[in-house]
Amino acid sequence: MIPVFLAVLLTVAQDTSTIDRGVRIGIIYRPGVRPGLVMLPRAGMGLDSVRAIVARDLDYSDRFEVITLPGGDSIRLASPSTGTRGTGTRRSRSGTAATGGAQAGAGGTLNYPLYQALGADFALDITAAGDTTVATLHDIAAAGIRRTVRAKLLRLGDPDFRQAVHRLADQALQAALGTPGIAATRILFVKDGKVYHIDQDGADQKLVSSTDRQAMSPAWGANGQHFAYMEFQAGKGWLYLQEMATGKRTAVSTTGTALDFTPAFSPDGQTLAFSRATEEGTDLYTINVKNNCCLRRLTVGRFSDNLSPTFSPDGQRVAFVSTRPGLPQIYVMAADGTDQQLFAPFDYGVTGASNAPEWSPDGQSVAFHRDVAGTLQVFVLDVRTRTVRQLTSVGRNEDPTWAPDSRHLAFVSDRSGYRQLWIIDLDTGRIRPLLQQSGARLPAWSPRLSEAPSSTP
Amino acid sequence: MKSVSLLLALGLGAAVMAAASCGGNPPPPAPTPNADSAAAAERARQDSAAAAQAERDRQAREEADRVAAQRRADSLAALARAGEEVRNTLAAMIHFDLDKSNIRADDMGILDQKVAILQANPELRIRVAGHCDERGSDEYNLALGNRRAQAGKQYLVSHGIDASRIETQSWGEEKPLVNGHDESAWSQNRRDEFEVTSGGDNLRRP
Repeated sequence: MIPVFLAVLLTVAQDTSTIDRGVRIGIIYRPGVRPGLVMLPRAGMGLDSVRAIVARDLDYSDRFEVITLPGGDSIRLASPSTGTRGTGTRRSRSGTAATGGAQAGAGGTLNYPLYQALGADFALDITAAGDTTVATLHDIAAAGIRRTVRAKLLRLGDPDFRQAVHRLADQALQAALGTPGIAATRILFVKDGKVYHIDQDGADQKLVSSTDRQAMSPAWGANGQHFAYMEFQAGKGWLYLQEMATGKRTAVSTTGTALDFTPAFSPDGQTLAFSRATEEGTDLYTINVKNNCCLRRLTVGRFSDNLSPTFSPDGQRVAFVSTRPGLPQIYVMAADGTDQQLFAPFDYGVTGASNAPEWSPDGQSVAFHRDVAGTLQVFVLDVRTRTVRQLTSVGRNEDPTWAPDSRHLAFVSDRSGYRQLWIIDLDTGRIRPLLQQSGARLPAWSPRLSEAPSSTP
Repeated sequence: MKSVSLLLALGLGAAVMAAASCGGNPPPPAPTPNADSAAAAERARQDSAAAAQAERDRQAREEADRVAAQRRADSLAALARAGEEVRNTLAAMIHFDLDKSNIRADDMGILDQKVAILQANPELRIRVAGHCDERGSDEYNLALGNRRAQAGKQYLVSHGIDASRIETQSWGEEKPLVNGHDESAWSQNRRDEFEVTSGGDNLRRP
């Protein structure tokens, strides 16, 4: 059993050194503006794992300074151990009186001035009332309860348990800050030719590929209930749509005649844009996936390739990669293929190849990777000013994908010695590994998963 | 040697004399010296001669068959060797420079040999698969691999091979030939592979 505060300290130390090693370029670091949040300790109520998941979610949101009370028993990483905690002995240190005194009494009021002194702006109290879990958010400055959220949590072994807890964390964050969180999201990725998904906190990795054929380029549908991906088959590249809940998959019509790859959904979910490689090279097409009709060609490259489409969130524009300047660079066009123009500026003959664009959910940025001195680095294009900034500089960093909050990016990096998935917060520059396995690549971050797709077949 | 032939000559002489003495001195009547038995003996003698002749013929035929079979086997082996050689020539890979899809001058000879093989085997159909090294972008490499496959095909077509006989495919960087992270591995992985899709039996030498 490792108290979370220790883990947090270790993580912070590691992140700081990571940042020092170079991932500072382009990060707008605003220290000290994040509100403090304290998780209230509650002994013996069987919700330790819920508290641990929520605390980690709030920490990973990078929007709070999560304060751990002295004694460290407010949050635990392990599963419930009701009634076995030696709270008495643990509290025999200097923090004892303070913590004990600040505990919510039977009446449910807090010692607000004390928490204020600890630097907390919010206190989150998670308790159980029958089969309902109650999350109470206290506003310390206002010395009162900001909001109470009730949720029927599933049993620990239920496949949707973690997502339900993540949704509770998002509700708490929304109550505190008025902005939606990203706790209830997942990331699709490819490893050893198979598609997997994983919760944004690195838990619950699951295989979603249903064949042994090599797959690439998973892409979420806008509602998070299905995804598209590409599969090699008989010398061609096939595009498939697959429902997340049932695993049922259907081939996109007209696929299988050429090498089709890099599918991308339009925000309304009607249209799938993709790249098709033929004798003429690679060009962009769209197809209506609602009615399985209306194949349409958007680019005519002839001597250049056009690939890797990504829709703007209003569905009006498509950013993509084109080799028309010689090296691949980031271009943009109207969603019907007209008005094609350079998007991310570059110096001819100096700037390296740019690839893998993804438009942010807020529409303001396009993340991509660019060859810098023979290795790849993640860049972000400001859509309004059309300026680019480099986010990474340690190791090889590629294939960025936006979280729904448009401030976190998951990407592939070999900074730890082998390629794996990492998450960076653009506001603080904090970087954390998403998973510790080698060979994960081509990540795709889901939209917010409000429903429970995996438990409603 | 001399003594042996002398002995042989003596022996032969003795036999001749014995025959002569037999001729002069009618032998005592055989136990059943009738005409039938004489004819039977004659038939038996002739039969045995015929049998010997048949045996000789059979042996000669067998020997001829054996030689013919050996010749066939030899020529089949030679043919197989030729087919193997043709297949190897057909499968020889060509390689590319980093992020390039143009055919290198030193690879043109390899492709010219494939042109000759395709011309000598009109039923033969092939697939050209383009591959990339791990350095480029994963998805861009599918487009680059496609360019490489098309470049290989285009060379063959421009040298007179019907385009319908050549399929193309791109694997991007998904199927490295060599697992390594240095220039040696990378340069081997930037390649076109050539694979027979049909008509690959009994390949003729150009």
